[in-house]
Order: sequence, then structure tokens, then C-alpha cells
Amino acid sequence: MKLAKSLLAATVIVGALGGVAVAQDKIVIGVSVPAADHGWTGGVNYFAQQAIERLGATYPDVEFVFASAPDAPKQIADIEDMVATRGIDALVILPGDPDAMTSAIKQVKDSGKFVTVVDRQLSVDGVEDLYVAGDNPGLGANAAAYIKEQLPEGGNIVILRGLPIPIDQQRFDGFMAGIEGSNITVLDDEFANWNRDDGFKVMQDFLTRFPDIKAVWTQDDDISLGAIEAIKQAGREGEMFIVGGAGMQQILQAVAAGDALTPVDVSYSPAMIATAIELTTSHLVGGIHVNGRFVLESTLITQDNAAEYLDADSPF
Amino acid sequence: MTASAPDTAAKPTRAFRLDLKTVGPLLALALLILLGISLNENFLTYNNLTNVLARSSFIGIIAIGATFVITSGGLDLSVGSMAAVIAGVMIMVMNWLIPSMGISWSVVLAGMAAGILLGGVAGVFNGMMITRGRIEAFIVTLGTMGIFRSLVTFLANGGTLSLNFEVADVYRPVYYDGLLGVPYPIIVFALVAIAGEIVMRRTAFGRHCAAIGSNEQVARYSSINVDNVRLMTYILQGVLVGVAVLLYVPRLGSASSTTGVLWELEAIAGVIIGGTTLKGGYGRIWGTVVGVVILGLIGNILNLQSLISPYLNGAFQGVIIILAVLLQRGSRRT
Repeated sequence: MKLAKSLLAATVIVGALGGVAVAQDKIVIGVSVPAADHGWTGGVNYFAQQAIERLGATYPDVEFVFASAPDAPKQIADIEDMVATRGIDALVILPGDPDAMTSAIKQVKDSGKFVTVVDRQLSVDGVEDLYVAGDNPGLGANAAAYIKEQLPEGGNIVILRGLPIPIDQQRFDGFMAGIEGSNITVLDDEFANWNRDDGFKVMQDFLTRFPDIKAVWTQDDDISLGAIEAIKQAGREGEMFIVGGAGMQQILQAVAAGDALTPVDVSYSPAMIATAIELTTSHLVGGIHVNGRFVLESTLITQDNAAEYLDADSPF
Repeated sequence: MTASAPDTAAKPTRAFRLDLKTVGPLLALALLILLGISLNENFLTYNNLTNVLARSSFIGIIAIGATFVITSGGLDLSVGSMAAVIAGVMIMVMNWLIPSMGISWSVVLAGMAAGILLGGVAGVFNGMMITRGRIEAFIVTLGTMGIFRSLVTFLANGGTLSLNFEVADVYRPVYYDGLLGVPYPIIVFALVAIAGEIVMRRTAFGRHCAAIGSNEQVARYSSINVDNVRLMTYILQGVLVGVAVLLYVPRLGSASSTTGVLWELEAIAGVIIGGTTLKGGYGRIWGTVVGVVILGLIGNILNLQSLISPYLNGAFQGVIIILAVLLQRGSRRT
């Protein structure tokens, strides 16, 4: 009995070691993203998994470890596990809260892994090998440029912001710098938490408060959808237009159809995670030099170019 | 009923004190309305008031259910996630039925039935785990809160479930139209509140809830079927979440993982502001209605002014919630 047990244990240990040996032949890339808690992060999860599936099929020698975390402590635990038990060679991470995660990511870097940071800048410079992001100040600036062009005489506008975090501030500052010197008056700005219910409420109250609004900047399409319903309810869709951001499919379809309420959108695609995974993989597999910063433009999406951004399968 | 006997026999001073206590939430409401009027001239317009009441109606209907749960000494943390998953399933059911039933009211009615049914089933599950499984209500509903939230994220594939555009047009009037200028959500909220008040005050079920919440052992000895009454409160809560979702879905025609986030806390805050005690034993439906309206007005007033930095909205909201409860506690000498 005892012998049988030890034999069994030995087999298991050898089997496990064999497994490790096999895994070491492969290049392992860890991908860590925040949980799908709103439309945009839902898109991040979708594009990450899609890229992993595609690259896994293309490169049989590359193995991906994917994790999705609802908060910073869980995300830190995820990457610790990836280093300790999965033996990753590279980490692609979209940090939910970059300030809280900087030191944990630095540890991964210090242990000799290739680190790619996506979307959100860490609080210390020079930690990551590769930085892939959208252009947040540009998102604000492009929206401002469009509104300025549409309202050459100036006019009243309202702003529905996201959450009080750095990305929101960068977008906001970019926008405010963009309208400087024009006759555009910002009546007020309020946080709508990147959420359509809050977009609905805040817009309803803005409509009650201000009889004259020429344009609305929401900086996010989830917020836009709530604002649109509030404007329609008040029967004021003829008076104003909305400029959102991020490129949600539902809004892009309206832009493509020439909707007067949402004539344009500004791109900030969650697909940037796929770009980061592709670049990291080519670095490890092909030895292609990718170190540095890769900033994806936040383009103005109009009726003319909307078709390029439409993707029927995307959840965002 | 038992409570009314000593009240009438009490001295005038005591009756006066009791009055102040009851008036607490109303006083807070009045102060808030005065604040609103002084900040913005549009505050008292019919449109603004119906906007606020209509969008408070979801939390209000859920909070009426929560009043029963809390009065009987329980707690339901899962209502926000439950609302999200019910909204998601309703939308999927309606989208799925379109090919066979066409764009019609019958699709909407089938969706509504599915919503109420699902709410009831979720309530049965919570209630059975608590009463038959003998697990703390806090733990059970904390668990189902996570389960329901993940389910809606899973069903929506991390994105958003959207109702078919044409069916949404059929369904839309349920939120945006009304009877004689009063939006349907407000009417439903009022009807649920009146029914809740009657059940709480005039039925054996209501009195049993209070008795169990105040002392479970005594209630047991008084041959009240404690488990069944408890189970009923969770089923009632689930069904009312279903009713709230029936009104929520036509507003935006979509559900995502952010739907109903923190609704459970808003509902509990409304119940407590209204004078129901968190440890159970004493519940007031009309107080809950006032509490929910107070919460709705706070958000509205914050949006109607630009004096307070938007960064401080949460702090201001917290201060008012604490003040409202202080107002009603201050007069209660215990």
C-alpha cells in the first residue's frame, strides 16, 4: 500500500516536472487587464482574448496566460502568480489603478521580464519597456476642434465628465485648451461616471437648468447614450449636438447613418490592447525591436470614415 | 397594533416627542426643497419634479421591498446586481421572441412576465438559503450579489445587451409616457407604496415582520412561522426588484455590468433615512418613500448648482444622509 502510494506520488512529481520542462520550451506571455466593469473595459477583455486566440494559432510556441481583475490587489496577485507559477517571459498589462500597481510592475521588470504597459501611465518613468496608449489629451483636443468649427460664433455648451481620475483630467485639460480663445462658454461640467444611467440624470438636470445649449461634450459614448435619451425626452434634439468618445459601435452606426444629434465621435479604441500584445509577441518571437512609446491617434470619426471603425462582433 | 395602546395612554409631552420623531424625515425633505428653491428657479418646475420622481422610482420600489426585509431583521445586498441580471435576461428574452412573435406588445408582456418571474425565483433562492440553509442574510446576499453581477457581465460578454430597436420603441412609453401628465413610473411607485403601507400596517404579515425583527425568540413562542415570514420578505423583495426593472428597461433599452451598481446601498440608505431601524423591529413605508425622494433630490440639487465642486458631490451627499438621520434621532430620547 505504502509502496503504491509512493509510486503514485513519484509519478505525479515526475509528471509535473515534465510539464514544467515542456512549458519552458515555450515562450509564455502574461496578459493582465481590469475586469469588464463598463463598456470600454468589456471591449479590452474582448480584444485581448481575440488577439490571444489569433496569435496562439499563429505561433504554436507561444503560450498566453490571461487574467482579468476587478481591483488593484487582485491584479497584483495575478501578476505575482504569473511570475511565480507560470514562468512568464513577458507581461502585457493594462493597470486598473496605475499608481497602486507601479511597484508591483517594477518588481516584474526587475526580475528580468519584458514589460508592456497599456493605456495608463505608471507613476514612475522608465519601468516599462514598451508603452502603448491612446491619446487622451488628443481626444479632448479633437472634440474641442470640432465643436469650435461647428460654432464659429461661439455658444453655450455643457460637459459630462467621467470619473475623477487622471485620464479624465487629461481629456478635460486637452478640451479646455482646445476651446481657449473662442466664444464658447462652458456652462458647467459634472461627473457622469462613464455610465449611461448617470449620463441620463446629469443631462436631465442640465436641460432643466440651461434653456440654451448648443453642444454637449461627453468624452465617452456610454455617457452619450444616456444623454441622448434625456435630450429626446425633453424634445430638444433639434437644438444641440453631442460629441462623445471611444468609438462605441452603437454610436458609430449613428454617425455612419448621418444622425444629426451625434454627427461625429472621437476614437479611443479598446483594441489598443491587441496592438500591445501583437508588438510584444513580435519582440519575443521575431526579435523585433519594439521598445519605446506607441501612441494611437484619437481620430475624429465622421460619416465619411465611420465604416473603417465598424466591427459587428465587438461588444463595445 | 400593540404599539398604539401605550401611545394613546401616554402623557401629552410624550405624544409631542413622538410627533417630532415622525416629522424628522419630512423636516429634512422640507429643508432640502427650500435649499433647491434658493439655488435654482427651475427647481420647482413640473418637469424637474417629475424627472426626479420618475428616476427615483426604481430605487423607491426596491426600497419598499427592503423595508420589509430590514424590518424583519434581515438584509438584502443583492438587489442591485439582481436588477442588472433581470434587465439583461428580459432583454434577451424579448430579442429571442421577436422572430416568432413579431414586433408587438405581446413580446413586451412576455418580457415583463419573465422579469417578474426571475425576480421571484431569485428571492426564493436568497430566502431558502437564509431560512432553510441557516446562513446569515449578509453572507447569502453578498454571495448572490457577486453571482448576479458576474452573470450579467457574462451574458453581455463584458459589453452591453441592447433591446431590439423596434421593440424598444413599443416599450418606450412605459417610462416616458403617463396618465394625465403623471409618468407611469411615478404612478407605479405610488401604488406600490400605498399597497406596502397597507400590508405593513394592516395585515398579520406586516405585524409578524416587526415582531420577528424585534425579537425572534418571542415571535417563535407566539407561534409565528418565522421561517416562512422571512422567506416571504425575500420573495417580495425579488418580485419588487422585478417590477422596478420593468420600468427601468424602457428608459435606455439596455443592460450592462454597470446597471444597478450600488442600488442596494441607495435602497438601504433610503429605508434608514425614512426612520426604519437597521436592526429590525420597526418599519415605516411612507418614511422609506420620503427617504428615497430625499436621496433623489440631493443628486438633483447637486446638478442644479455649480457652487460645490463636482469632486465633493459624494461628501455632500454623505453629510445630508447623516444629517437627515440625526434630525430624526435627535428628538428621540433613548
